Amino acid sequence: MRVIIIGNGVTGVTAATTIRKLDPTAHITIISAESEHFFSRTALMYLYMGHMQYRHIKPYEDWFWPERNINLLHAAVQSVDFNAKQVILENHTRIDYDKLLLATGSLPRTLGIPGENLAGVQGFYSLHDLAQLEQYSANIPRAVIVGGGLIGIELAEMFYTRCIPVTFLVREPYYWGNILPEAEGTLIQEHIRAHGIDLRLNTTVSEITGDAEGRVKSIITNKGEEIAANLVGVAVGVKPNVSFLENSDLKINRGVLVNQYLETNLPDVYAAGDCAEILPEPENKPVVEQLWYTGRMQGETVAHSICNRRTVYNRGIWFNSAKFFDIEYQTYGQVPAVPAPETDSLLWQHPKEKKLVRINYHQPSGKVLGFNLLGIRYRHEVCEKWLKEEKPISYVLKHLREANFDPEFYRRHEKEIIRTFSRQLSAVLS
Amino acid sequence: MPTSDQSLAIGYNYHDQTDTLQKVGLTIFTLGLLLLFLPSLPVSSVLGQGLFWSGIGLSLLGLVLYLIQTYQKSHPGVRNNGVWLRGSTSRGNIAWVTAVGLTGFYIILYWFPFLIEPQIRALDSFSQWLRNKPADHWLLYGTFYTIAILIMGLRALLKYRHSPYQIIRTLSVMFFQLGLAYLIPYTLQKLNEPEFYFSYFWPLKYDYLFPGTVGYLVNEPGALGVFMVFWSAVISLVGVPILTYFFGKRWYCSWVCGCGGLAETAGDPYRQLSDKSRAAWQWEVAIIYPVLGFIVITTLLLWINSFMSGGLLGSLSDGFAQTYGFFVGSIFSGVIGVGFYPIMGSRVWCRFGCPMAAYLGLLQKHFSRFRITTNGGQCISCGNCSTYCEMGIDVRWYAQQGQPIIRSSCVGCGMCATVCPRGVLNLENGPREGRYQPTTLISPENLRILS
Repeated sequence: MRVIIIGNGVTGVTAATTIRKLDPTAHITIISAESEHFFSRTALMYLYMGHMQYRHIKPYEDWFWPERNINLLHAAVQSVDFNAKQVILENHTRIDYDKLLLATGSLPRTLGIPGENLAGVQGFYSLHDLAQLEQYSANIPRAVIVGGGLIGIELAEMFYTRCIPVTFLVREPYYWGNILPEAEGTLIQEHIRAHGIDLRLNTTVSEITGDAEGRVKSIITNKGEEIAANLVGVAVGVKPNVSFLENSDLKINRGVLVNQYLETNLPDVYAAGDCAEILPEPENKPVVEQLWYTGRMQGETVAHSICNRRTVYNRGIWFNSAKFFDIEYQTYGQVPAVPAPETDSLLWQHPKEKKLVRINYHQPSGKVLGFNLLGIRYRHEVCEKWLKEEKPISYVLKHLREANFDPEFYRRHEKEIIRTFSRQLSAVLS
Repeated sequence: MPTSDQSLAIGYNYHDQTDTLQKVGLTIFTLGLLLLFLPSLPVSSVLGQGLFWSGIGLSLLGLVLYLIQTYQKSHPGVRNNGVWLRGSTSRGNIAWVTAVGLTGFYIILYWFPFLIEPQIRALDSFSQWLRNKPADHWLLYGTFYTIAILIMGLRALLKYRHSPYQIIRTLSVMFFQLGLAYLIPYTLQKLNEPEFYFSYFWPLKYDYLFPGTVGYLVNEPGALGVFMVFWSAVISLVGVPILTYFFGKRWYCSWVCGCGGLAETAGDPYRQLSDKSRAAWQWEVAIIYPVLGFIVITTLLLWINSFMSGGLLGSLSDGFAQTYGFFVGSIFSGVIGVGFYPIMGSRVWCRFGCPMAAYLGLLQKHFSRFRITTNGGQCISCGNCSTYCEMGIDVRWYAQQGQPIIRSSCVGCGMCATVCPRGVLNLENGPREGRYQPTTLISPENLRILS
């Protein structure tokens, strides 16, 4: 079986290593235009900050690939001839496949405003973006970041470590307002401001102006204010990287449409990771998942489907994590920005330090729905088990200590947390 | 030098904002260092002593000023900014200058101590006060070593002030160095007792269980010598296994040991330089266990020899101690171990050469409750853990598969857990059952990396 995987991100690589486990004889080739070897995209920020060099963010040493008999091809794909079952490279080489996995990832979303093509306006997703950022952020008096999500705050931290003043534009009334409840967002934005970042809420950019050489000179906000800056980091999300597949028989909506086995409409063609749009069941809305974790899980699932062990993609209990400057964030289960109906929220915040625990539960039945944690670590397995088994909130509070994953000698807050939560619970019950 | 594989970021536009106070601190520090050389000029011994102590005082003052100002400017948290963009911490020019300087100091200390005779003499009054003896080059070394651990310990306390584990651990190595490896041995000398280091054990301090040392201590007048023999034997043969069973190797290597203490404090800026490759691991296994085997066999032979009244080996003991002391004690642990900090990282000796580490490592791997737990499927493979592992363990290899990390070389410094941006890693002591059990939330890469 000749398997070609387009894309050497976490999805493509997880698929390749899983296929190798399932089928010791499969001929596996991973094609990537971006880099010769797999690297951790989530770690790109640490290269700019000087915590690591490129070789450190390669999760496997270079011997790994020949030893696993996985071929790496550093080349750009121009198109796919689905009828002939061939991948066509930009140098017009054609490569045959028996099974094809599309794991092409994302591209940064654009703003659609005047001045967006000026030099110094860029997203932050790829190695190439990093190189550009190095080039355009040299000796600049100020950078502007547009978009209050995870990449936005990463860029803010990166510039902070290079002593570059930052103006950070966030469309929502508080940081990451479409994902986080207000208490969490507010806590984080206080932390952002404590680093001297000029954070502007309810603000977007309406125009970018350039100088005679075609470089960014300033931006104009939706409030009409002009801010001088020589770099604009666009962090308004990503979109599936599928344009080279358009005008073929492959069904594409936002991403490559796949069923729950991650199969496309064409035989022996699969898609997974950021570039896939999953139609789980007819009545559900299609989803595009763009996380490291979902990429990894989809890569594993699709490998089974490719090796004739069709497996339904099931991401299980939702989880995610991030770090906002120095505040670690973990979430397990469902904690939406605005609570769903029949959901109650228990919230504890440390009076002085930047620590927060929120537990959502279903009000009539009491079953636990989700956890949000800032500055405190909980055990993934424990939270997952409680959520899966729909443990009542009373059980969770009684066993809260078991979930804590903070390092040794860290001050534990269970007593205060449980006291606060019990008070909130009894207020609900009375 | 990773010339073929440079970071994309290297050398572009990294700049630190060093303020006036920091610059003043660095200036005072450098002036202090220069004063340390001045007693070598033809000056009176009183003046030499004054210059030397002023040098120590000024350099410490300058460094304290610089460190406090540097760290109070930033929020508490992981601050490895620019580590791989600055020459001093990424094998650049300053690193090579530092390495040559440190190595040169060791060479002078071990083989040409007469070159620093004026500095040694400047310590005479202090030495008389401390231990009723004139100074020698080992006192000078011990003093510098202890100062280095204390001042760079202060740096570690400031740098890792957000982490209670790192704070307590750093205080521990500072305490053990100052007390058990400096004040107590010299106070013992002052009291006419044998100079004895209660924080060093066989097989690191290999001669503590050699028949010669044991005989000498037991024959000392008073009960203290007997106690020292008892202490050595009990800790080495009983205490080490018990403590390692409960806490892992870390109770010694990153909490008590003086070599570890220097690595964790003065060596902290260089921890990222350790080699993480599989080849380095193969070298490690190939060197460290033979060193341990050599010490164990030699100790046994010497005892047999002693019982046979020298019938087996004659007077080999002396010759052995000299040869081993030269190659392992001086060259390996001193010149390479510390002199090459800025090039090879802070734990070269501990990783490749220390027989104590090998002994503790075997216990940790097969007979301990210690492990580093990974938190379910949360790893993002970023590589901070592996990069900042001073022992060169590829922590990420395990973390990204959700496996607990149980490696014999792990000294439990906790830095992988401290630098992890997702809080995935945690040092834990727990039941041995299921210690190697990976999480069910990720499928592991089943093939092992070193078979």
